[in-house]
Amino acid sequence: MSEAPGRVVIVGASLAGLSAAKALRTEGFSGSLVLAGDEPHLPYDRPPLSKQALRGLTSADTTLPQPADLDLEFRLGVPATGLDRAERTVILADGSRLAFDRCLVATGARARPWPNSAEAALDGVFTLRTRDDAERIAARLRDRPGRVVLVGGGFISFEVASVCREMDIPVTVLVRDSLPLAGAVGAPLGSFVAEVARGAGVDLRLDAAIARMQGDARGRLAGLVLEDGDRIETACLVVAIGAERNTAWLDGAGLATDRNGLRCDRFCRALGADGTPADGIFAAGDVAHWPNPHDGGALVAVEHWGNAVAQARTAARNMLAGDAAALVPHDHLPDFWSQQFGLTIKLVGLAAGSDAFAVVRGSMEERRFLAVFGKAGRTVASASVDSARWLPAYRAAILEGAPFPPLPGGVDAPARVAMQSLEEPTR
Amino acid sequence: MRVVVDLNRCQAYAQCVYAAPRHFALHGREALVYDTAPDDADRAEIERAALACPVRAITACADDLAALDEAGR
Repeated sequence: MSEAPGRVVIVGASLAGLSAAKALRTEGFSGSLVLAGDEPHLPYDRPPLSKQALRGLTSADTTLPQPADLDLEFRLGVPATGLDRAERTVILADGSRLAFDRCLVATGARARPWPNSAEAALDGVFTLRTRDDAERIAARLRDRPGRVVLVGGGFISFEVASVCREMDIPVTVLVRDSLPLAGAVGAPLGSFVAEVARGAGVDLRLDAAIARMQGDARGRLAGLVLEDGDRIETACLVVAIGAERNTAWLDGAGLATDRNGLRCDRFCRALGADGTPADGIFAAGDVAHWPNPHDGGALVAVEHWGNAVAQARTAARNMLAGDAAALVPHDHLPDFWSQQFGLTIKLVGLAAGSDAFAVVRGSMEERRFLAVFGKAGRTVASASVDSARWLPAYRAAILEGAPFPPLPGGVDAPARVAMQSLEEPTR
Repeated sequence: MRVVVDLNRCQAYAQCVYAAPRHFALHGREALVYDTAPDDADRAEIERAALACPVRAITACADDLAALDEAGR
């Protein structure tokens, strides 16, 4: 792939796709640049959708800023249906074909649907992923439903529950596990979030699962019955049980895809089914399944804003690299944030798989603290609650795998670090 | 205009809140809420907020492309 590309096609018109387009132009690419997406909207930002937009504080129009001189050709509202590697062509649902020298797969993920399709089709059962989803749910919240039910123990559930409480709408969160968020941020932070949510008036049900939903004669959700027999009356339920990666359109392309997404190497090059880089094809964002250099190259797929931006930039640089020696690795340290119940929770590194946890500044009682996660005696992640200014200081410690637990007794730090062992989260 | 804030970077220094109080607010100690689509007439205020941010977390652009989206291409 040493010839300079003349035509780049980016499939997926969201944060990763737009970030790649901007980076390609910044890196000097002057050829034709097409951005194709299945939604009719220009690339928009998702994080505000589950927070301020849902509450109606701001519009659900979160169109991302884009420089006027990007010289992008948009193909919006038409999903991609295939990729022909031999012909170097992306095929769209309307039959049109987009020839490319380099292709970026940035098709992201979609909300995992409720497995019972008859229940999922009831009026009042929602998922939250897109701008249109947010507008539908926001409209329903404006009508002040008697109770909103969230299904799922992830950050989206708690963000939506937080919005409902701010609007003084009764809300129930159903979590299948014995703690929320334990897989992502460990049991102590999961317990903290559970306590904060309960304190804000959320009816949090742990070890809870839906046996069946009940509709009325007009196909509207009326309530649900839990496996323990409890019935909850509700006409508004948001399914937030994770995401599925959008790779079905790549079936038959001979690429290494599975439920974790499209496998790529550390240079963001998509791998073929034979495990070697597919010529001219790259991946970035939620759809990418990539080796994390900060975890010994273990494969990871994250749905994080920061990774979408960073990976898109690396992929863009590598799409323009003249030869293998010019390739740059994707060495982003995963990070994310959540806002709920007036608190800002941030995490850097990967807490999943950590074996120890210590609060090193502040305290959970005052709801303002910084915590560090250890794995086999090394620092692997750090979380802040309303202490964001401390977090960058720990990024360096994570990058170099500094010893865990950290030294106690520093400025503004406790005299001794109370370390907690973490067990594998129960499933 | 179109505004996006990199909330990984944001550390709640709140300089944007002082520079453009009608478009940026803190809910709680650190949760930034911001206007994603402010009016073009407020451009100077928004640009002042972006410049005031000590961690360079705010990106704002004029809105040339929004009309195209309305047309539903």
